Amino acid sequence: MVNVTINGKHYMAEEGSTILDAAKAAGIYIPTLCYLKDINDIGACRVCVVEVEGCAKLVSACNNQVWDGMVVHTNSPKVRESRRNTVELILSQHDGQCATCVRSGNCTLQTIANDLGIVELPFRKKVPKFEWPMRFPLVRDARKCIKCMRCVQICDKVQGMHIWDISGTGSRTTVDVSMNRKIKESDCALCGQCITHCPVGALREWDDTDRVLDALADPDKITVVQIAPAVRAAWGEPFGLSPEFATAKRLVAALRQMGFDYIFDTNFSADLTIMEEGSELIEKIKRAAAAESGEDTALAEQKFPLFTSCCPGWVRFLKSQYPDMVDQLSTAKSPQQMFGAIAKSYYAQILGVDPSRIFCVSIMPCVAKKHESEIPVMNHDVDVVLTTREVDRLIRSEQIHPEMLIEEEFDMPLGVGSGAGVIFGATGGVMEAALRSAYYLVTGRNPDPDSFKNVRGMEGWKEAEFNLAGTQLKVAVVSGLGNTRKLIEALRRGEVSYHFVEVMACPGGCSGGGGQPIHDGKEMAAGRCDVLYGLDKNNQLRYSHENPAVKQCYQDYLGAPLSHRAHELLHTDHHAWSMPQETEQ
Amino acid sequence: MSRLSIITNNKAQTTVESLYKDLERRISASPPGLCPVDLASSFLKMCHAQSCGKCVPCRIGLGQLQDLLEMVLDGKGTMETIDLIEKTAQNIFYSADCAIGYEAANMVLKGLRGFRDDFEEHVLRHRCKCGLYQPVPCVSQCPAGVDIPGYVALVAEGRYGDAVRLIRKDNPLPAVCGRICEHPCEVRCRRTLIDDPVNIRGLKRFAVDHAGDVPLPVPAAPTGKKVAVIGGGPGGISAAYYLTLMGHQVTIFEQRKKLGGMLRYGIPNYRLPREELDREIDQILSLGITVKTCVTVGESPSIVDLRKEYDAVYIAIGAHTDRKIGIEGEDAKGVISAVELLRGIGDDEMPDFTGKSIVVIGGGNVAMDVARSAIRLGASRVRIAYRRRSVDMTAMPEEVAGAIEEGCELLDLHAPLRIEKDVEGNVAALWVKPQIIGPMKNGRPAPVDSSEDEVRLPCDIVLVAIGQGIDSRAFEKQGIPVKRGVIDALNWSGVNAKDLTGVFAGGDCVTGPATVIRAIAAGKVAAANIDEFLGYQHLISADVELPQVRLDDRKNCARINLKERQASDRAKDFEPVECGMTCEEAGQESRRCLRCDHFGYGAFKGGRNEQW
Repeated sequence: MVNVTINGKHYMAEEGSTILDAAKAAGIYIPTLCYLKDINDIGACRVCVVEVEGCAKLVSACNNQVWDGMVVHTNSPKVRESRRNTVELILSQHDGQCATCVRSGNCTLQTIANDLGIVELPFRKKVPKFEWPMRFPLVRDARKCIKCMRCVQICDKVQGMHIWDISGTGSRTTVDVSMNRKIKESDCALCGQCITHCPVGALREWDDTDRVLDALADPDKITVVQIAPAVRAAWGEPFGLSPEFATAKRLVAALRQMGFDYIFDTNFSADLTIMEEGSELIEKIKRAAAAESGEDTALAEQKFPLFTSCCPGWVRFLKSQYPDMVDQLSTAKSPQQMFGAIAKSYYAQILGVDPSRIFCVSIMPCVAKKHESEIPVMNHDVDVVLTTREVDRLIRSEQIHPEMLIEEEFDMPLGVGSGAGVIFGATGGVMEAALRSAYYLVTGRNPDPDSFKNVRGMEGWKEAEFNLAGTQLKVAVVSGLGNTRKLIEALRRGEVSYHFVEVMACPGGCSGGGGQPIHDGKEMAAGRCDVLYGLDKNNQLRYSHENPAVKQCYQDYLGAPLSHRAHELLHTDHHAWSMPQETEQ
Repeated sequence: MSRLSIITNNKAQTTVESLYKDLERRISASPPGLCPVDLASSFLKMCHAQSCGKCVPCRIGLGQLQDLLEMVLDGKGTMETIDLIEKTAQNIFYSADCAIGYEAANMVLKGLRGFRDDFEEHVLRHRCKCGLYQPVPCVSQCPAGVDIPGYVALVAEGRYGDAVRLIRKDNPLPAVCGRICEHPCEVRCRRTLIDDPVNIRGLKRFAVDHAGDVPLPVPAAPTGKKVAVIGGGPGGISAAYYLTLMGHQVTIFEQRKKLGGMLRYGIPNYRLPREELDREIDQILSLGITVKTCVTVGESPSIVDLRKEYDAVYIAIGAHTDRKIGIEGEDAKGVISAVELLRGIGDDEMPDFTGKSIVVIGGGNVAMDVARSAIRLGASRVRIAYRRRSVDMTAMPEEVAGAIEEGCELLDLHAPLRIEKDVEGNVAALWVKPQIIGPMKNGRPAPVDSSEDEVRLPCDIVLVAIGQGIDSRAFEKQGIPVKRGVIDALNWSGVNAKDLTGVFAGGDCVTGPATVIRAIAAGKVAAANIDEFLGYQHLISADVELPQVRLDDRKNCARINLKERQASDRAKDFEPVECGMTCEEAGQESRRCLRCDHFGYGAFKGGRNEQW
């Protein structure tokens, strides 16, 4: 511990801690803008500068350490003036049209400028041009970028994709797609982590709310909407509502108020995914065993692990980074796309309408899902994907006050989901759900639903081994693309081996998805995962294979998992489309 | 009114003069990778400010040119804009009345020729092709990428042993480099923006001089792989060092009696004391490196033999053959090549030059080495004949100055013509032709014969120091590709030999005669890639925790230069010329470092490389 004096008071501070952390521990708040703990501590914005006695120059608090006897002033006249001037400079190159910005009210720059009482700018405004391809799911608005470099750092350090980089030098320095590529030519996985870590409105998703409003207004369209598992853990946050209050059922009420005809649950198709993917896994293991015992040599060459395929960010990653491993992806579509396919076939049949009248909307915690829905072989089964943030904007635009909502039920039959389905939104959840049903499919008995808890938690790379009726099953769960690359490299070097691997592109899984509400400086995934595990625990249904709506669907329409029709509707060919520069196998 | 008056600068002018100096220093410390179009535009703005305003092309044209450049930079230009820039610059070049105008236009024209693709990138894709990164200047300029801010900070804390350990992560020869490195690291030192570059080499020497014995890291577990290194110079030793740390079994094959290469057989003791060199080499060898001296790899053993016996081979034979000057009388007795003289000195075979009059031909560091050695060997008169001006010499300025202080005479602008022999075939004189300096060619001025008469320089010995070559013939015969006399290796040191895999080469034998630090860097690169070739990914790191970054203000403070022994004393012996810093000096000098790894871009990218 060292002695520091901050604003005239003496404190003990952790040796080696930054001035920022030492002040925070003492209850003194220093504003920051570019700073993101452990990820971006580069002192670029100069908003966190403080005065250190003995130094003529001001010092950035985020990346300089305290020393014994340091005397700090966090708000002296010199500091105040510099901080204000700096923010005025940032604003001189920032498109401050807050009224038309998706981040208005949730913008760190806006807050700081307001806090500092800046009411007019002494500088001439020079805002860069906005050049970006239309309808690309990820939007970078150069007019709003403050060059804090967080996007570069998140993509480099956490996701390891290096999509963003500094471009240009001198006064024209900005952030752009790395190596002078255009975003559409890049291997961006569309995880959206750059969006959720942007302090301002420079990064966002392409807004599709208008398309939804148009469909709702069209009397010929039957609007069907699905709510992804992780959305229910987060949608109420911007309204200041607790997850206990902002339940899926209140979101159902809001959507019904907006005019959606049928409101369903992606948990249903998550359960369906488990039936297909779980069966695929068991099939694969059986084949490998048959090949090994010499029963059927034609089945040799079963390449393990089998990878989950529900995360489109991960699918984009694998296709662009390791195209030779694409065949190890489960052929099962993601729950979103399974839902779309069922909605426009089975459900259209139930309604007795032509599938072309069904307008299928999905609410996802995800940006990559927007791309997934547009893959040609997905047949536009899902017409529009809204992120959690967009649905929140839609709620506001409809003047719905969610705190006044009374819970309403999902529609039937696609509104039934199990606890296994809801944990799809947490890292490890798909694995756990799959194992619950795989156990049943192999043994005919249900395991204790909590038998596979080992794969829960925020650790980036988790491993577990389970005995599945005599077969020792080695599994891994990984979240975040940086961790994913480590795992894949280890697999390729032969250092690890698994039967089944769950991959989620976003750290913490969909709970931490790139389409979720933004809380600057806070990682929300862990808390949201807890909400989902709570929902699983309290659900009467804990096994996908017990979902009565799923059973009904197989009985009436699909036949059995991996049946011909199931293959047609619920599986896909990952080679049917290409990432930019993907080398065809 | 007085008829004449004395002109004195007013305060504004005096301030501007000092700003010019600031700007000069700023330009010399420019970071690499800046947008050249942006720079061209900025230069143009300054040029325009220099215009007196009398003439149209300069007064108006330079401003219009700048507007056009800004259009290009802002992505508002077209390919026609580039044409208009060229046309206008051409016109200003032809029509401006004085150099302020036409040379400004010439800078734009040079830019259009030198980086037209950058202009086009801005026009077509609205962005810049520039380097996209601003690394720590000293580290990026050091071929071996030594963690300079790191070890300078350690010196400031008095942690000399840790400083040495940190240097060794990237450079296993800190004692050698502390004495004789050409310190390219200092060229772009950001401290220059305030006053002068940090004396980095001086601090390295100080760290080594005060660290005492610093044990080497413990090598990784043995891999069982065997690597042969051909050539025991700085490059070979560096490769051997890192490969040994990685757990491979290394054998160095050295042609001469002792290891060291040019460090021993090219650099005299007064610049690099033998005991320092021996101590550093012996410590490295103590890691368990096998050395076979007096073995010439060529016919037997051949590179093919070695490759059979070893899992990989690194060729680091350096550049040790002398180049012939090609003038009449070169075969005279008393014509000695610099390589030959220094090689003998390296093996303690000291010729006696007592009372001899000597002429050295050349203007590089080696010329200075032999000139100064000749003084020490008792020569009565040493003259250095060089065909360009003394400022054009490639030798480091301090070497030239040192030679002059010790009594060497500089005959610049004198091109050697022929060597006159006496009846016994001994050197009698060197005839030289006076030169007049001429136009710039490839950045250096070319001398041409002047109309003055030839000059006879009576002398007993002529020392020829006009560069070295590479003896690559034996390797070429065995299928190692040789291009323009040097071994043709790739930037990762690999050699594309038809029938041989696992052959690597680097250092002088690949680049032609260069510096010790470039040889060390090549050895480091080769070690990493040989390790990879052998199927490993050993990482080299130093495990030295750096002290906390100091926040105190960097007030201006001039650079400490190393002192030298008095010329009259030092010219009598081969003892070291240069004196190290005092503790007081090292403390002050090390605290001048601006820690570019922490402040500025280094905090974001390219700050510190903790392992490779």
